[in-house]
Amino acid sequence: MDQAFTLLSQWGGNLVVGAINTVLISLCAYGLGFILGLSGAVGKLSGGPIVRGVLNVYTTLVRSLPELLLIVILYYLGTQTINNLLATYEMSITINGFIAASIVLGFVSGAYQTEVLRGAIQAIPIGQIEAGMAYGMSPALRFRRIVLPAMLPHAIPGMSNLWLNITKDSALVGVVGYAELTLQTRQAAGGTKWYFTFYLASMALYLAISLVSLWFFRRLESRVRVGQARV
Amino acid sequence: MTDAPAPSLLQVFADQTASAFALVLWVAAGLYLALWLYGKLVTFGRTYDDNSAVARAMPDLVTLTGYAVTVAFGLFALFWLLGGFLGATKWFWFGKYLPQILNGLWITMQMLVLSLVVGFIFAIPVGLVQVNGPRPLAWLAKGYCTVIRGTPLLLQLYMLYYGLGSLFQSYPEIRQSFLWPILREGYYYGFLALTLSVIGYEGEIMRGAFLAVPKGELEAARAFGMSRTTLLRRIWLPRAVRTVLPTLGGEVISQLKSTPVVSTVTVFDLFGVATKIRQETYRVYEPLLLAAVTYFILVYILSRIIARIEAQVPQKR
Repeated sequence: MDQAFTLLSQWGGNLVVGAINTVLISLCAYGLGFILGLSGAVGKLSGGPIVRGVLNVYTTLVRSLPELLLIVILYYLGTQTINNLLATYEMSITINGFIAASIVLGFVSGAYQTEVLRGAIQAIPIGQIEAGMAYGMSPALRFRRIVLPAMLPHAIPGMSNLWLNITKDSALVGVVGYAELTLQTRQAAGGTKWYFTFYLASMALYLAISLVSLWFFRRLESRVRVGQARV
Repeated sequence: MTDAPAPSLLQVFADQTASAFALVLWVAAGLYLALWLYGKLVTFGRTYDDNSAVARAMPDLVTLTGYAVTVAFGLFALFWLLGGFLGATKWFWFGKYLPQILNGLWITMQMLVLSLVVGFIFAIPVGLVQVNGPRPLAWLAKGYCTVIRGTPLLLQLYMLYYGLGSLFQSYPEIRQSFLWPILREGYYYGFLALTLSVIGYEGEIMRGAFLAVPKGELEAARAFGMSRTTLLRRIWLPRAVRTVLPTLGGEVISQLKSTPVVSTVTVFDLFGVATKIRQETYRVYEPLLLAAVTYFILVYILSRIIARIEAQVPQKR
């Protein structure tokens, strides 16, 4: 038992760094996914046939493939494409693992977020949007003042789920070699042979991330639901 | 400099068919344009007899040629794309690895079906005790669901495979026992991790499902003098499952998408075989592409089956 604590204090720093990396990757990917998801949802609802077709292919394809497979494909495809592009200009860079991981996870999450946000926008009573039009609001103003605030209560449960998914999917990035929490744990456990100690510790870290996020999203939901009738 | 390699038979075939289709396309497009112009001209001039055979057949002719052009163009595009795709990618490994791919597919299906069936059987009590079990058991079940749902499946799998695996290895009695060949296999750890995950996720779903059954129905069952097991078997469970059927269907799909993680503990499921082919043939994308297409088809078939089951069960809305 004492030895377990000594080892934990030796390797604890690595685990904490891994946990911070996991949170940072998840945040970046979630932000990117939100941009993709919001533009995707707006495109799906008000775009032309070509835009809608492309977005349908994106969401259907990404949502029906395993995350691990997608992460591996996109990781290699992305890094190789960038390297090929740069090679034509006779340049070469090593692609930052953090950025690659964030982009890949964000691209995957964007497809799921598109569907959640599209559903949330569609759940807004059409009369509210029409009222905005009747006031002569421009589409951008209408989106900012009416669509966005009215959509949030419908979107937050789904978005909260997707955030929890992204923190867990970020573990898969370790498979392509980025040192987030799972890979750090694996290295610490493999190096010391105290498997259970480290896996339990990192499970506790993941659990803490999940529970804090859940608490945060609950607060957020009750905040955006102000003024709504309780169901 | 070396000579350009001779084009493969497939490429020649693709080129030939492409040119044949281009010819057909050219002729058909010309015919269509001529007919259309003719139709415009005669309509514009209003000089033709409305009842003449040519005038009556004209719209049909134009439509038919339109279809022909569309089909020809579609086939042309298809062959052109296919030819280009096959020319740019390499599939020489496909025949050699086909048995392994099929075996991988079979293992993926095993993982999916076994973990879902076994997991669901255990998820029922895990959901039930959270609703009406004794406090400590309810807390235990709730805690279990929270931990499983709050940590990555990959980590759970590593914990079982490396943690439990190394624990077993440290006992010579186990290492020499008849169970050792089983306890060494990644397959069983993968199955265990997937099943535990199903129990966690579906246990939570079943908790909500049991709560959603109207109280009056349960009271009616008790008024009939049903025992607790009969009530569960005849009323509570069927009604609960029915209310969450769409959610369970979604879980089946997401379970299929979770199965590839078992390939990280040396299980050769579909994704594992694809990874192996990549390592042995140095083809980076083709095996992954094949796996992606296969998973896509699997998801499509599964979602069709689920939709059919859902349509057969009457839903009270």
